[in-house]
Amino acid sequence: MPWTEIQADSGRGRANFEPLQGCVRELSYRDAIREALDQALTRDPRVFLIGEGIDDPGGVFGSTKGLAELHGRERVMDMPLAENGLTGVAAGAAMTGMRPVLIHMRTDFLPMSMDQIVNHVAKWSYMTGGSVKVPLTIRAITGRGWGSAAQHSQSLQALFAHVPGLHVVMPATPHDAKGLLLGAIAGSTPTLVLEHRWLYDRTGPVPEEPYLIGAGSGVVRRGGADVTLVGVSYMVGELMLAAGELARTGISAEVIDLRSVSPLDEELIAASVRKTGRLLVADTGWKRCGISAEVAAVVAERAFDALRAPVRRICIADCPTPASHVLEQACYPDVDGIVAAVRGML
Amino acid sequence: MNFPNLPQSELLRLYESLTRIRLFEERIVERYHEQEMKTPVHLCLGQEAVAVGVCSRLAREDYIFSTHRSHGHCIAKGMPLRLIAAELYGRESGCAGGRGGSMHLVAPDWGIPGSTAIVGGSIPLAAGAALSAKMQNNGRIAVAFFGDGASEEGSFHESLNFAALHALPLIFVCENNFYATNSPFKARQPECGIAAKGAGYGIPSVTADGNNLGTVYQVAGEAIERARSGGGPSLLEFETYRWKGHVGPACDFEAGCRPKDELERWLERCPHRLYRDGLLGSGQVSCADLDAIERNLRHEIDDAFDFARASAWPDPATLLEHVC
Repeated sequence: MPWTEIQADSGRGRANFEPLQGCVRELSYRDAIREALDQALTRDPRVFLIGEGIDDPGGVFGSTKGLAELHGRERVMDMPLAENGLTGVAAGAAMTGMRPVLIHMRTDFLPMSMDQIVNHVAKWSYMTGGSVKVPLTIRAITGRGWGSAAQHSQSLQALFAHVPGLHVVMPATPHDAKGLLLGAIAGSTPTLVLEHRWLYDRTGPVPEEPYLIGAGSGVVRRGGADVTLVGVSYMVGELMLAAGELARTGISAEVIDLRSVSPLDEELIAASVRKTGRLLVADTGWKRCGISAEVAAVVAERAFDALRAPVRRICIADCPTPASHVLEQACYPDVDGIVAAVRGML
Repeated sequence: MNFPNLPQSELLRLYESLTRIRLFEERIVERYHEQEMKTPVHLCLGQEAVAVGVCSRLAREDYIFSTHRSHGHCIAKGMPLRLIAAELYGRESGCAGGRGGSMHLVAPDWGIPGSTAIVGGSIPLAAGAALSAKMQNNGRIAVAFFGDGASEEGSFHESLNFAALHALPLIFVCENNFYATNSPFKARQPECGIAAKGAGYGIPSVTADGNNLGTVYQVAGEAIERARSGGGPSLLEFETYRWKGHVGPACDFEAGCRPKDELERWLERCPHRLYRDGLLGSGQVSCADLDAIERNLRHEIDDAFDFARASAWPDPATLLEHVC
């Protein structure tokens, strides 16, 4: 198997916002994704990419740029505007020996393929008694700002994390963008890799050689004693800024990057809250029945007696995303809001 | 009767497959009232010739994707009856270890990656298997079985478009039994017919008699040859009729779901009897030959049901296995 020689990297405990030991090369989030795809295509003939416009000059915000020229349009394939049918096509290929990566420019296009993702892809391993696996990776990008409005900015991880049989990962750093994507492609479980458009220009240390990060492991980005701040994707950076702000007034915040919302690293969360006694969760999605609710429930079940303050949740407002700039600003949480919420817990 | 001009051994192979499905489904009807098969069964009695005519032309490693009404397709593809029966009885020895039931038969070793109970779901999956075969250049082809209702789903049209675009080695096999549960065809689709939809995408498409095994065998053979030689996909619409209700072992005429005279007209055209009569009329076989085949099949079915009922239940401790 082309992947077995690559050591899986749990990454736990490493502050990935700091340079990695011995890794001086920096890449942007977009180039880390592109490098992962390039290495997967080079290493494994079963891998192919399919998505609307992935071979065009823009190359999905640069993340697939030039790959069609390098690997051919039979393996970096444009597709009809038929999201549900083509999710089925990719799934059927995955069931019969291929490792497709289906790419959507917007997370908002995933609801069009709900039937295939929820009724078929997520169920197939179980329904077949484990005899047929679906090693399918689906990438989708969440947008934000510039009036993207209600159908170009959704953060739908909770919808998919609800469904058994899927893995849902949300890289916050270039390092994890590469490792989680390669981990998804190399694994046997269908995986949604949800990326955030505002992370694409962020840079960070990324090893050149391929490495795999499996779903289900979170990472402590910053150690602390007074409060646990749990976040995903873009919100991890906001939590790091908030933690820095809080430190100036003597508040020691621990920041956990979930990296994976299904499976969820419950032990990492519970252990941190048992230490700090306080929990704030920041999500890029809605509050109601969202990831923040799940994290809060995990803590209620596993570390309730350690809590010294009510759990706080920082999410986008429970409304479709508005277009107007002033309404957008009211819809999205910010660092000041996180800092104020933490102060209110102490 | 369009009776195929084939060697005796092939004619008997077809008869055996047709009869295996018929007798297996009848056995379910006989035993379902015992309430030991706790799974909704969608029987294919009356529609067997489509499964046999198509699958008998496929290689074991070719792919089929089936639907909630999958027993006939899987039996015709060669899947052992023990694996099916044990799955109907919810046993660990079933094809999916009791996780799938009647609607999700699977047998990767016989080219059956699975069956789906979501109408239209089988079609893009089969297209994906065809794409996979083409990319791997392994000579396999794929068949999507589906009913007339599925031809109204977006997944059907999306798959036709994609298969035509990439000249996939794929056969769309529509079993038009004129009902989606109880909704009649004419209440759901305009007059143009299902084959016209394939033609709209530039795909060779035909409508043929699905109760005539010889016709199905011939039409399927041509489409399979085209797919295997790089000629791309075909759409085959076979007109047929299910004798039982949408689900379960009972007829649905008493409940007023379908007109009784319609059933009687189709019973006149029983695919099994048509083929048997043709076979005997060809002078190549005797009644005794066919009776011997039937006797052996009854033993095979006895064995499958005995095996199923004697098999162990799945261990509840394994409930969460195979989720990911």
